[in-house]
Amino acid sequence: MILIAACLVLAGCGSTGNWGWYVINPSTEQGMNNIRFLLNGFGATILLSVIAAALSMTIGLVVALPGMSSNRWVRMPSRIYIEFVRAIPLLPMLFWVFYGLPVVLKSMGISVSIDAFWGAIITLAISDSAFTAEIYRSGIQSIAKGQHEAAKTIGLNYRQTMRYVILPQAIRRILPPLANQFIYIVKMSAFASVIGMQELTRRANELVVTEYRPLEIYTLLIFEYLVLVLIISFFVRWLERKMGADESK
Amino acid sequence: MSQSGPAIEISALNKWFGDYHALRDIDLQVEHGERIVVCGPSGSGKSTLIRCVNSLETHDSGTIRVDGLEMRDAASVAKVRAEVGMVFQQFNLFPHLTILQNLTLGPTKARGLSQKEAERKAMAYLERVQIPDQAHKRPKELSGGQQQRVAIARSLCMEPKIMLFDEPTSALDPEMIAEVLDVILDLANDGMTMIVVTHEMGFARKAADRMIFMDHGAIVETGTPDVFFDAPKSERCRTFLSQILHH
Ligand SMILES: Nc1ncnc2c1ncn2[C@@H]1O[C@H](COP(=O)(O)OP(=O)(O)O)[C@@H](O)[C@H]1O
Ligand SMILES: [Mg+2]
Repeated sequence: MILIAACLVLAGCGSTGNWGWYVINPSTEQGMNNIRFLLNGFGATILLSVIAAALSMTIGLVVALPGMSSNRWVRMPSRIYIEFVRAIPLLPMLFWVFYGLPVVLKSMGISVSIDAFWGAIITLAISDSAFTAEIYRSGIQSIAKGQHEAAKTIGLNYRQTMRYVILPQAIRRILPPLANQFIYIVKMSAFASVIGMQELTRRANELVVTEYRPLEIYTLLIFEYLVLVLIISFFVRWLERKMGADESK
Repeated sequence: MSQSGPAIEISALNKWFGDYHALRDIDLQVEHGERIVVCGPSGSGKSTLIRCVNSLETHDSGTIRVDGLEMRDAASVAKVRAEVGMVFQQFNLFPHLTILQNLTLGPTKARGLSQKEAERKAMAYLERVQIPDQAHKRPKELSGGQQQRVAIARSLCMEPKIMLFDEPTSALDPEMIAEVLDVILDLANDGMTMIVVTHEMGFARKAADRMIFMDHGAIVETGTPDVFFDAPKSERCRTFLSQILHH
């Protein structure tokens, strides 16, 4: 990926034909302004992703816990939620939340306007929560049955067993895939551009419209995501090593 | 709860795993202070039976009373579990906690003891199982024998009236079996009511008031150790005993 990108850049610098790097040439004032305009999208992309991820982690836990019940009627709503949410493509869900949800709420007597920022967060959080729920489930179910039983025999109830015995052990297996899932949110947050959220992709689109240099601007856009995702990846690797080391201790 | 009646009263107990009839018409009465050793071939239902006593398994018919209390709902199950301690073959210590934390978790969270009080009690029981110097280590840093003694101490911290042991030495290296059996024997001599599933027949002779032999989900033979070992009535029990005594 990096190699391909490097080739593109070299090709662009070498020939004067189709490339016009001047739009984002930092040595000119115009280029610098454009770069600043594009980079300013980082704040929104990161904020959007972080809040959506935090919400998704919360919803995921609330969905996952009843999903592990031995009672099928308790388990069922959780399974339905996961199957349902996983089946809906992100973009239609985003349109529905942004344009449709306020209407539904209004008909119920709740009058709220959902702006692009919150519309994107709600959609990303719900869409991602089906996956975080599954991550919690497999992490918690990987803890041996004997741990639950030992907790029962010393008088702990379900909540105490989860809080003091199961979750502290499961967290080592849950955190790395959860952090990995954050990469998915960051990439999907680009869809927020279509409802007008001023994040990385939206800004690139707007600049393309005024400058008409899609090749250079979208190349930079891809680099922006690449940097962001690579940083998260390094963090995930570090987390995996740390958790793995803890486990074998 | 009554002190006069039996500690455990099981009658006409049946349990199925799907189509498999795991416990067949079990009747068993255990008096206060009585020490029972259960043996029998693998898969005969020994674990299932003692796991029914503290409701780790549910049963399909029959009744189980512990200290006069029948287990029906969540409340009675909680009461019974408060009286019954259990030690597992695989120890089941909490690996993310220190030994001391393993011991204080139940007393502080389920009983509302102060941390200080719980630690004092924990140290007293660690003394009793002779590993007070390991209090701040993690379970993985201990030998199997030490881990099982911690598991016993963890149960004792809940001050149970009855102790259940499910093959407590089967996962141990041979040289560690004695140290664990000694701790259990010590408890037995102290008058603890207990049911021990084990194939350690030397221990059974020393500790048991009564032997129980199970096969195919039923209690086939029961009797005092003298009679049980020297003159087993059933053919199945004789065969089983000769197998484990001569290998
Ligand atoms: N959770 C379970 N599901 C299905 N079958 C089980 C389960 N637990 C035990 N069994 C079966 O019940 C029988 C008795 O098991 P168990 O009580 O563990 O025997 P023992 O402790 O005497 O070796 C075995 O045949 C076992 O396969
Ligand atoms: Mg067993």
